[in-house]
Amino acid sequence: MATVTLYFVLLLALTPPLGTWMYRVYSSERIGRIEGLIYRLCAIRPTVEQSWRRYASSVLWFSGLCFALTYGVMRLQGVLPLNPSELPGVDPAVAFNTAVSFITNTNWQAYGGETTMSYLTDMVALTSQSFISAAVGMAVLVAFARGFTQVDATRLGNFWKDLVRGVVYILLPISTLLALLLISQGVVQTLGGPVEAQIERGQTQTIARGPAASQIAIKQLGTNGGGFFNANSAHPLENPNAFSNFLQALAILLIPASLTYTFGLMVSSKRHGWAILAAMLLILASGVAATLPSERGATAAMRAAGIDASAANMEGKEARIGVDSSSLWATAATASSHGGPNSSHASFAPAGGAVQIANMNMGVFGAVGSGIYSMVFYVIIAVLLGGLMVGRLPEYLGKRIGAREIKLAIIGVVVSFVFTVGLTGLGAVTAPGLEARLNSGAHGFTEILYAFSSQANNNGASFAGLDASGPFYAVLGAIAMLFGRYVPMVAALAMAGGLAQAKDAPAETVGTLRTDTPLFVGLLVGVVLILSVPFPALSLGPLLVGLEGIVP
Amino acid sequence: MKDDGSVPGSAVATPRRAVVREALWGSAVKLDPRLQVRNPIIFSIFVASAMVTIRLLFELAGGRAVSFTVAVAVALWLTVLSANFAEAVAEGRGKAQADSLRRTRQDLLAYLVAEDGTTLEVPAAHLALGDVVLVEAGQLIPADGEVIEGIATVDESAITGESAPVIREPGGDRAHVTGGTKVLSDWIKVRVTSGPGQSFLDRMISLVEGSKRQKTPSEIYLTILLVAFTITALAVVMTLQPFAIYSGSRIQPAALIALFAALVPSTVGGLVLAIGIAGMNRLAERKVLALSGQVVEAAGDVTTLLLDKTGTITLGNREAVALHPAAGVDAQLLADVAQLASLADGTPEGRSIVVLTKRLHGLRGRELGQVRPVPFSADSRMSGVDVDGVRIRKGAVDAVAKWTGQQPDPGCTAEINRIAGGGGTPILVARDDVILGVVELRDVIKEDLPARFDDLRRMGVRTVMITGDNPRTAATVAKEAGVDDYLAQATPEDKLALIRSEQSKGRAVAMTGDGTNDAPALAAADVGVAMHAGSAAAIEAGNMVDLDSNPTKLIDIVRAGKQFLITRGALTTFSTATDVVKYAVILPVMFSGAHPVLGQLNIMGLRSPGSAILSAVVFNALVIVALLPLALHGVPYRAVGAQSLLRRNLLLYGVGGLVAPFFGIKLVDMILGFFQFP
Repeated sequence: MATVTLYFVLLLALTPPLGTWMYRVYSSERIGRIEGLIYRLCAIRPTVEQSWRRYASSVLWFSGLCFALTYGVMRLQGVLPLNPSELPGVDPAVAFNTAVSFITNTNWQAYGGETTMSYLTDMVALTSQSFISAAVGMAVLVAFARGFTQVDATRLGNFWKDLVRGVVYILLPISTLLALLLISQGVVQTLGGPVEAQIERGQTQTIARGPAASQIAIKQLGTNGGGFFNANSAHPLENPNAFSNFLQALAILLIPASLTYTFGLMVSSKRHGWAILAAMLLILASGVAATLPSERGATAAMRAAGIDASAANMEGKEARIGVDSSSLWATAATASSHGGPNSSHASFAPAGGAVQIANMNMGVFGAVGSGIYSMVFYVIIAVLLGGLMVGRLPEYLGKRIGAREIKLAIIGVVVSFVFTVGLTGLGAVTAPGLEARLNSGAHGFTEILYAFSSQANNNGASFAGLDASGPFYAVLGAIAMLFGRYVPMVAALAMAGGLAQAKDAPAETVGTLRTDTPLFVGLLVGVVLILSVPFPALSLGPLLVGLEGIVP
Repeated sequence: MKDDGSVPGSAVATPRRAVVREALWGSAVKLDPRLQVRNPIIFSIFVASAMVTIRLLFELAGGRAVSFTVAVAVALWLTVLSANFAEAVAEGRGKAQADSLRRTRQDLLAYLVAEDGTTLEVPAAHLALGDVVLVEAGQLIPADGEVIEGIATVDESAITGESAPVIREPGGDRAHVTGGTKVLSDWIKVRVTSGPGQSFLDRMISLVEGSKRQKTPSEIYLTILLVAFTITALAVVMTLQPFAIYSGSRIQPAALIALFAALVPSTVGGLVLAIGIAGMNRLAERKVLALSGQVVEAAGDVTTLLLDKTGTITLGNREAVALHPAAGVDAQLLADVAQLASLADGTPEGRSIVVLTKRLHGLRGRELGQVRPVPFSADSRMSGVDVDGVRIRKGAVDAVAKWTGQQPDPGCTAEINRIAGGGGTPILVARDDVILGVVELRDVIKEDLPARFDDLRRMGVRTVMITGDNPRTAATVAKEAGVDDYLAQATPEDKLALIRSEQSKGRAVAMTGDGTNDAPALAAADVGVAMHAGSAAAIEAGNMVDLDSNPTKLIDIVRAGKQFLITRGALTTFSTATDVVKYAVILPVMFSGAHPVLGQLNIMGLRSPGSAILSAVVFNALVIVALLPLALHGVPYRAVGAQSLLRRNLLLYGVGGLVAPFFGIKLVDMILGFFQFP
């Protein structure tokens, strides 16, 4: 419990300084030497401001380019260098899914890591996307925030400048620092090959190594979640001890949480930034609170096997990490778009499984950047209901909220929900959908639901069990990821573009709905729950597993 | 003025029961799909009902068991009819008003004045713009127009509900007459200012009838949100069958469709139109005519109220509040003389002096000798009486001083300065060249106004008093009334500039006006309430008309706007909350066939999946009717800040919506169980 408390305290303590730093990075007029060099190399004119349409089209064609590059490298890795294991080109469906997965900051892995991707693919195609997809999300967020600060304006900033600054001044320095800290704890970082270890009775074991720490750092910070090793942060060389585990867990939510402060500063309402964070933390804390009790006790299966009821559910968890930190991690990793595990998510008791699925669908912390504008979509709906209930037409952060904003917010919110339930329904009745399951019954249903929740919401967490490498899951999942990422993104930019053009700013009075109070946080959490949690699917999945476990 | 809540023009009050009877018929007529499409949420239930009915026909043709399908079909149609009924009741109330207005217009005849001065009898409908008509005592004025000749008293109660007649004469703000009103005495010649079908009466009829109703902003916003809820309900229901098939069971199509109908936000969907129509009509009942639904909502958003001092904040006139005798003058004498000076003075100020002296010194009627009243003239700026050769005068300080040839003594001068400094008006009283003392006149603030301004402040509305007075007087009255700010020595241009400056600060402005020179400001304000007794230009420029011509009503208008929005928000919150509960109540029972353990979650102990769904749909239909009175009358509104309002409404309608369905659905389930159905 002390760990969990310390986690929340440290997260809150780091939010203002990092949030302030990021605010300065994105609002500084000065062009630094390194970024200036990059602008010159790429022929970027950083002073040219873009309209929302230009900004969005820059995002889209840049992402398309990233997709083409990632897809191309995967398909051609067989004939490209840095392929010592002589792996063949990746299967088209898997390559499609993976390329989409990495450009959308989902990092869903429909493939078995070491046996599919060459070093070149890992380095050029996948790791670089860990930085880029995170920086794209942050760039869109700051452009979104600028929509609220401008009056009678048409420009939202320069995408290329925001992109470069996010990588150079935020992601690179912090991930370097984190990598060094992790190395100090024993996380492997070498360009040397695997080593042979002598183990008992004269036998040897091959231990894979590699430049892990640097990749892990950005995997955590960018809410990417694609592990260096297949076991992700459950692997001892990826996450050797309790301290490294704490650091990594903290890194998952560090930037998403701090960005609420950045957003608050940008829109000149620090209190509103805190309110958004409070709603996020409330949902996170409830998730942890719901997960912990059933993990600390024995599961139904354990009791049936005659194990003492007070024994913790250690199935699928690492002894050095323990129940509390595993539960905290699983909750944080699904509440953000990180999704990478430090334990086996499928081995959690049903309460934990339900929390994780609900978390992914709510996506409150989301991917870095996108989490906040997605949250603002819910805020818009809360502002509509709350505003009317105090006898006013909706207004938010000094902007009148009209039909266009409400439409865009709803599109941004509903798209992942529709894809999640729609594709889960499809998977539950079609042969390819069913064949990929490991388990039957409610657990098998949860596997399908988990897979599509994870992809449609750009999370990337996997429940294990399901074989997602077939074309059915690879292609449908990729489509869900694309819609789940770019529809809300374009909606956010369109909304910001419209709001920036507004000429008048309604004055705030005591008759105005306040968006920075505990009451509003409560309303916001209610709206999030109502609009995004697929209750029927949950009741047939984890809830049913849980009941079957409880009721004899 | 009759204040029994009757609507303008309702000479023949339409009984409530008749409205309901009409509405019952109306709810069947509204089943026309072309009308249904206007409300997407109810239309989706309409389609669902049609689908179940078609299914039912197939089942009947196949000779299979149909009782459940019949029940679902009935329950679904009941939901649609409930929504139709809600709308029809709201419309019916408007129609009743419109009908009685229409009666006043029927068979109007006009006496057209030809160029040679002769008159010609023509039907009022044939009058053209610019025609001149003669209207004599006992006749109805055939069209809207301006009086160009004559003077008459006019009974405007058909439009305003105000029974006291008003005077109409050429020129100025009293030249405007409305078609359908009646000349009581004398005659007037009126130049017609509205074409056929364009008159104020015509506009009023179409407004209260709702025939030209456009969607208001909040209605548009909520419809978007409700459509989104409907789409998610559709996604849920469409994927439920695959989920069920996966669980090794199948859900009856009728049950699926019913579930969809249970999950769409039908409560607010069914009431949304009724709320809109009723909101307009509630204002109409207060004799305020909003020219669009938008302006009613804009009134809720108002953050600055511009209030004219005279008539709005203060009673129209100043009142005597104190007497200050000059040195050596008996107070009783001053009172006596002041009363005498005012006896012949019919102005409210004069009457107030009589009342004050009566109250302070018990002076009553008396026998007087030869009395010659001296009326007020702009030249002398005095009035008074000559009684038996004794000349008594009262009036402006300098005028009376000049008349007596003396200056007030130092005591009086001090009083005069104090009164003027405090925003009052000093009046000197003199008898035969001797100054007897000073009467203090003051603006009298309408009762309860300071409390109402407090209310407004709590609602976040700033009040600004507009007055032609000097800043000193304005400041005093403003302080006494409790307004937040004032604009002194205001010209119409100043008023317009103030509106623009408030608007540039993001504030929405409401004001009232009656004069022609108010027109630009009325047009610029977000909510411009024209007094019906005012000039035609003002009525044309405003977006609301107050038929009572009571400017203080502006405060009620803001409240009504807020209440309108709150009713929408509260019912939407309620409806959304009930939908969430319906998931929790129905789903466990629904899948308990395939997974008996899920029956553990059936905490309400509903009897069967069929009964659960059916109960939910019946509950839906009933809740629309149950909430109809709330939709028509609006949710209770108290003038408190946004925070406490939100807390209260969230608790009442959010939490209430979470609780109500548990008991409602259970109750219907029990009743169905009593009949052992299904």
